[in-house]
Amino acid sequence: MGEACAVIGVGQTEYRSRRQDVSMAGLVREAALRALEDAGLTFGDIDAVVVGKAPDLFEGVMMPESYLADALGARGKPMMRVHTAGSVGGSTALVAAGLVQGGVHDRVLVVAWEKQSESNATWALSTHPPLTPSIVVGAGGYFAPHIRAYMRRTGAPAHIGTLVAVKDRRNALKNPYAHLRIPGISREMVESTPMLWEPIRYLETCPSSDGAAAMVLASADAARRAPNPPAWVHGGAMRSEPIFFAGRDTVNPRAGRDCAADVYAQAGITDPRGELDCAEVYVPFSWYEPMWLENLGFCGEGEGWKLTEAGATALDGDIPWNASGGVLSSNPIGASGLIRFAEAAQQVRGLAGEHQVDGARRALGHAYGGGAQFYAMWVVGSDRP
Amino acid sequence: MNDIAVVAFAQTEHRGEDSGLSEVEMLAPVITEVKQSTGLSRFGFTCSGSLDYLAGAPFSFVSALDAVGAWPPISESHVEMDAAWALYEAWVRLRHGDIDTALVYGFGKSTQVVREDGESGLPELMTLQLDPYYLAPLGPDQTSLAALQARAYLDAGHKEDDLRAVAVRSRAAGRANPYALDLAEPGEEEYEVAPLRPSDCPPVTDGAAAIVLATGDRARELCERPAWIRGIDHRTDAHAFGARDLARSESAALAGEKAGARDVEVAELHARFSHEELILRDALGLGDDVRVNPSGGPLAADPVMATGLIRVGEAAARIRSGEAGRVLAHASHGPCLQSNLVCVMEA
Repeated sequence: MGEACAVIGVGQTEYRSRRQDVSMAGLVREAALRALEDAGLTFGDIDAVVVGKAPDLFEGVMMPESYLADALGARGKPMMRVHTAGSVGGSTALVAAGLVQGGVHDRVLVVAWEKQSESNATWALSTHPPLTPSIVVGAGGYFAPHIRAYMRRTGAPAHIGTLVAVKDRRNALKNPYAHLRIPGISREMVESTPMLWEPIRYLETCPSSDGAAAMVLASADAARRAPNPPAWVHGGAMRSEPIFFAGRDTVNPRAGRDCAADVYAQAGITDPRGELDCAEVYVPFSWYEPMWLENLGFCGEGEGWKLTEAGATALDGDIPWNASGGVLSSNPIGASGLIRFAEAAQQVRGLAGEHQVDGARRALGHAYGGGAQFYAMWVVGSDRP
Repeated sequence: MNDIAVVAFAQTEHRGEDSGLSEVEMLAPVITEVKQSTGLSRFGFTCSGSLDYLAGAPFSFVSALDAVGAWPPISESHVEMDAAWALYEAWVRLRHGDIDTALVYGFGKSTQVVREDGESGLPELMTLQLDPYYLAPLGPDQTSLAALQARAYLDAGHKEDDLRAVAVRSRAAGRANPYALDLAEPGEEEYEVAPLRPSDCPPVTDGAAAIVLATGDRARELCERPAWIRGIDHRTDAHAFGARDLARSESAALAGEKAGARDVEVAELHARFSHEELILRDALGLGDDVRVNPSGGPLAADPVMATGLIRVGEAAARIRSGEAGRVLAHASHGPCLQSNLVCVMEA
């Protein structure tokens, strides 16, 4: 893992369907300036900038980091652009942390964003090159069969997804940045919405959001001078596996299990449910909470839905998941992973506000992407490792 | 900090026409070649560079994983940049000290980008990388912007003949390089966009490349003459053309200074237009005694997203063959040399 690395600044924009008050540059700058303010720094203090976002087709701007260099104060500095599908926000944070851990820089600004209102993500996800036609429309069309396989495999009752949708949206009411804030959200409300991709109903999916999130990552030396408490990186890892492969388990992918095992080993964690205080996990469709509970080792196989049903992952449960409202409540795709990483950091910094998990000292940030084949995770803690 | 070296490099025989191969089919032999030459089948880290817009679809790097053989799952990342930046990311990852090998690759199939009239649509496609509010709507294509920069360079006191000399030398070197395209000696040519003629512009090229990095003793074990990375750095300039002097490259000069760009015998430059080589020579302080682009450079083969990585591989190959003791590789990203990476290697 190399040198110590800490999060000393976090900035988020308000997540909305349309941020027509700002350009793409204005959006990323808003998040960056908030992160710098939290860190007590200015652009001049930053050594390097790492930018992440999902496919360029989402806004129709190719390699937009070049255009964003001016707005992010990157002139004369190293700037990189990461793209690893839906996991990109997490990967981007890890690449930025890597610059500190590799002893290359002391203060790195990492920004991830999406401005979905500039284009149409479902369209962008449904185009395919010649000779490889797809019968899938959007991400839900791809993931629904895997969810059905999970239900069949575990015998999970049909209402589990609804419970997750309600829980995450209730949490979102405590998060001022959240996109979907639905007063009085209830099972009946979720169950009354149209079925999009069996078994996923409208309110069991993530929204399309505009938004950006940023962090300032720092070396131990730079963290000492930060005005607010740091979140220390206790472990980080990425894993990828092929999308089509006869030996793949798409319900409980090995890349996710391996990535979690790597990150837990670095952080010295053997019992994630017992040793972590909360987790921000990429759940874009409600059913991915029970699926990832198993994949990430919070319980045995076939047991994930029971944890959800018992309320273990609620804000007052023993292992709160997505206290921020998660991807189900805000989804600027390229930023969604970074938001998970940043929210995990805010929890252990004690700065999560109304959705703070009491006494959180160690938290997991998680992102996945592609055909549930790309993973990025980190564990952050209040104490320096 | 541990020493890191290029220990293997492979590239396709780049093609100027669509060979009918998919990206994965282009890439697979190259990955196989570096696996065979090192005897490695697994790497501590893997990183690649590619561009979705060449395929016109999201996630072009996803299917590329099929060429790598990512099972059991691998530790892997991707940049939407030239793969030279993937090499940079892998170099950073190796500095953590817990792994000792990394695989880097890049690929591009530019022949897929075709206009309705049958001509290459690549120059116009690259318009999409410009400021989407103020610049892209004006529609300047890549060649026109390059011509603007070439004009700024000439106005600073240089001659068109200097451009011609670069084009002639690059094509001749390319004809001697079995991996580059076989492009004729430039004759009388009309302007493509003045002051650039077709031979001053990069040829539409399909291709892929891969590099293996390794640390310390592992590198010595895998390769008889590793090319040790003594310095690597990259910097960006402002995007807005009005905010920089196009006749110079401040970011290349800064990256060169940080990477230790001096006393090199060979330089492989990611100069996609003739004048870019001259601007980069100035920025990097490369004198007449430095052999520039002995491979022919991007003017002889430009498989977009692999072109910069190939510069690193070609420069490292001069070390491995014993031809040179200290070399420089350069890669560029963004319009008109906006971002520049410099990598200095030694025997």
